[in-house]
Amino acid sequence: MLSSKASSNCHGQDSLYFLGWQVYEKNPFHEVENPTGIIQMGLAENQLSFDLVESWLRKNPDVMGLKNKDGESVFRDLALFQDYHGMPAFKNELVEYMAKIRGNKVKFDPNNLVLAAGATSANETLIFCLADPGDAILLPTPSYAGFDRDLKWRTGVEIVPIHCSSSNGFRISMFALEEAYERAQKLNLKVKGVLITNPSNPLGTTMTKDELQSLITFAIDKDIHLISDEVFSGTVFDSPCFISIMEAAMDSNLKRNTDVLSRIHIVYSLSKDLGLPGFRVGMIYSNNQTVVSAATKMSSFGLVSSQTQYLLSYMLANKKFTSNYMKRNQKRLKKRKEMLVSGLKKSGINCLKSNAGLFCWVDMRHLLCSNTFEAETDLWKKILCEVGLNISPGSSFHCSQPGWFRVCFANMNQSTLQVALRRIKDFVERSSFNYQQNGGSLSRKLISNWVRKLSSADREEQER
Amino acid sequence: WLAKNPEAVGCKRDGQSIFRELALFQDYHGLPAFKKALVDFMAEIRGNKVSFEPNNIVLTAGATSANETLMFCLAEHGDAFLLPTPYYPGFDRDLKWRTGVQIVPIHCTSSNCFRITASAIEEAYQQAQKKNLTVKGILITNPSNPLGTTMTRPELNLLINFITDKQIHLISDEIYSGTVFNSPSFISIMEALKDMNMEKNNRVHIVYSLSKDLGLPGFRVGAIYSNDPTVVSAAVKMSSFGLVSSQTQYLLSVMLSDKKFRNHYIVKNQNRLLKRQRKLVSGLEKSGIRCLESNAGLFCWVDMRHLLSSDTFEAEMELWERIIYDVKLNISPGSSCHCNEPGWFRVCFANMSEDALELAMQRLKSFVGSIKKHNHQESEKLRKESHIGKWIFRLSFQSFNEQDQR
Repeated sequence: MLSSKASSNCHGQDSLYFLGWQVYEKNPFHEVENPTGIIQMGLAENQLSFDLVESWLRKNPDVMGLKNKDGESVFRDLALFQDYHGMPAFKNELVEYMAKIRGNKVKFDPNNLVLAAGATSANETLIFCLADPGDAILLPTPSYAGFDRDLKWRTGVEIVPIHCSSSNGFRISMFALEEAYERAQKLNLKVKGVLITNPSNPLGTTMTKDELQSLITFAIDKDIHLISDEVFSGTVFDSPCFISIMEAAMDSNLKRNTDVLSRIHIVYSLSKDLGLPGFRVGMIYSNNQTVVSAATKMSSFGLVSSQTQYLLSYMLANKKFTSNYMKRNQKRLKKRKEMLVSGLKKSGINCLKSNAGLFCWVDMRHLLCSNTFEAETDLWKKILCEVGLNISPGSSFHCSQPGWFRVCFANMNQSTLQVALRRIKDFVERSSFNYQQNGGSLSRKLISNWVRKLSSADREEQER
Repeated sequence: WLAKNPEAVGCKRDGQSIFRELALFQDYHGLPAFKKALVDFMAEIRGNKVSFEPNNIVLTAGATSANETLMFCLAEHGDAFLLPTPYYPGFDRDLKWRTGVQIVPIHCTSSNCFRITASAIEEAYQQAQKKNLTVKGILITNPSNPLGTTMTRPELNLLINFITDKQIHLISDEIYSGTVFNSPSFISIMEALKDMNMEKNNRVHIVYSLSKDLGLPGFRVGAIYSNDPTVVSAAVKMSSFGLVSSQTQYLLSVMLSDKKFRNHYIVKNQNRLLKRQRKLVSGLEKSGIRCLESNAGLFCWVDMRHLLSSDTFEAEMELWERIIYDVKLNISPGSSCHCNEPGWFRVCFANMSEDALELAMQRLKSFVGSIKKHNHQESEKLRKESHIGKWIFRLSFQSFNEQDQR
């Protein structure tokens, strides 16, 4: 009676990534009202720099009030503005902001920018433009859990993973890339492109120029597209500095291939660095006019509210604000990440070295009772329900190695993070104590059972 | 209202900034206060004869997104939906493009004022069968775009019985429900169901938006209403692809919660629409052009068949080109709405000032006047160009010429 899309679970939201949120919502932590509740560490949001935005808003009440510089209401114009080409002033500011994030090493043309209701919409739209149902996109793992819904659900496109492993810091190797491509061929899937997230979610790392250029060469060689989801580009807080796919493509060697730019597409959004996920501002940038044209028409299905375009065009036009925001936001992110990393280290837990993002990729392999995803899920459940932290298990990111977790650090205040770190410390200490008590392997269990039986008589006497 | 309520637009509540809360709010279940205000508004538009449950509403970025999402939920690639013609041209994109769903028209004609008949529906259904298409439902627009009419109770009952019999869905796109300015009063599909004791029917779904009656297309506020929890659940997840900006949800939740404003707006807006529609209708009448009698919408369905040089769509295109390029009025030809009779045009009246409408009427009057003169001259020419006519023409040519030069 309903479509298969509606009645099945191919929306991909049954993953532990989303289930953790549901459990959190039933018992959310609050410093005062619910101090024993679950702390949300599975949501990659930036709440560290709102004060900077709020300060700008206070100084510019007219813009919020939908008035122009002369104090006249622009409500009527905005209420009627539904042009899917987007507000020109807004797009002009967006491309300048994007260039600024990239150290002005690349320049963007506002005519090549297509607005969408968030990166969620932008990614889906790009897939509709570049692939047909049954085609495939290669995606390096671990990758954002939401891609199963965004890239596959309504488009009918398949995802074929490019397996990355901790052996080389989860970098994309040419070998892994070729292997994924061949796997797709074996499955009779036509590969239409590769989608990378740079900086990476969930790794928090930025790609090197070599990696990017290898990907571009691969795309040219196989005559496929390359989508670079750069939603976290504004969250790079440490060296090495961010290299956009556009910058890598500008290299003279690659430029010789005149159509290289027509196969590279960027996705961006204001949800991560500016911390405005509720305002639904996403975009596609492409030099391919056919893609821009089709994507623009498709954006009808998810336009950005004109009220929001107006507000943000003014905010981004204030260059002093954007410079100050970028600098201070990055500092705060760095500080907060360092707090998480050092806190975890005190509990004997290491993180993948990262320089970007709103999360760390945390190595908890040593806490698993076995090197399996079942053990990872058990650990995840314990941490969620007993320790009270909603962190996201690597399996929900399709990581091929059990034991890795994504832990977010920017969506809470400092004292909450400290509570979380204390809880982890206690848990780790308890776990190792239990380990010493009960043993981690069958033989230890047997021995301790035997020891217990022998000494039970003694103990019983003591307990009396 | 905005001038008196700066907090709504300034993201404040009781003097406190709630900017942070809104900036972070991306829950696809939507802002509860907004959904509550929206269902209250929808009920009021329907004279409070029906009520809506906020949990059954899914917010989307405009009705464009709502319609597409419903297709994804109800039909597979290659399935079909039946749509009465004439229909909104955008449906070809919204319902078909990315979903792969087919549209099979239910032909309506001027012989009965474009009302939907049982035979037209049956015929469309069979057409679909012949093409090996699985019909998943019917989509109606009520009030109709482009007709500007509201559906009658018999039409609605006919549709409900048909979909029940065939076990298919019914989508009622009611985005113009707030633009009903004259009798007969609007009967929502929900009211029709209620009167048949089928209120909880889970195969009927409504699409709404604030773009038409509230005049806010830029804010991208659409909604799907359904009694089927599976549809609501799937549509809510799909709404991730087109959520409504939280900044906008907040502003409108405050505005629509204001009962006084709601009542005042609905009444005044309807009065103005009525007045403006009458101006267009009488203006067209002065040019000898009639409209389909309408009681809703932001446009009239205008009968220009008598201005066609022939009863064909080519002639309709010619007329349209002349009206666009010579008369300089952008009106929409019936063929773009899949009307199966040439000569009908949709003419909007609510998107311009009164003066601009006045000017449009004057231009049209001159144009029609010149056509009449031209047609008279043409028919004269034709008469004279028959065999005998030619002879007479040659004889009288001199005298005609002499007349002209005077």
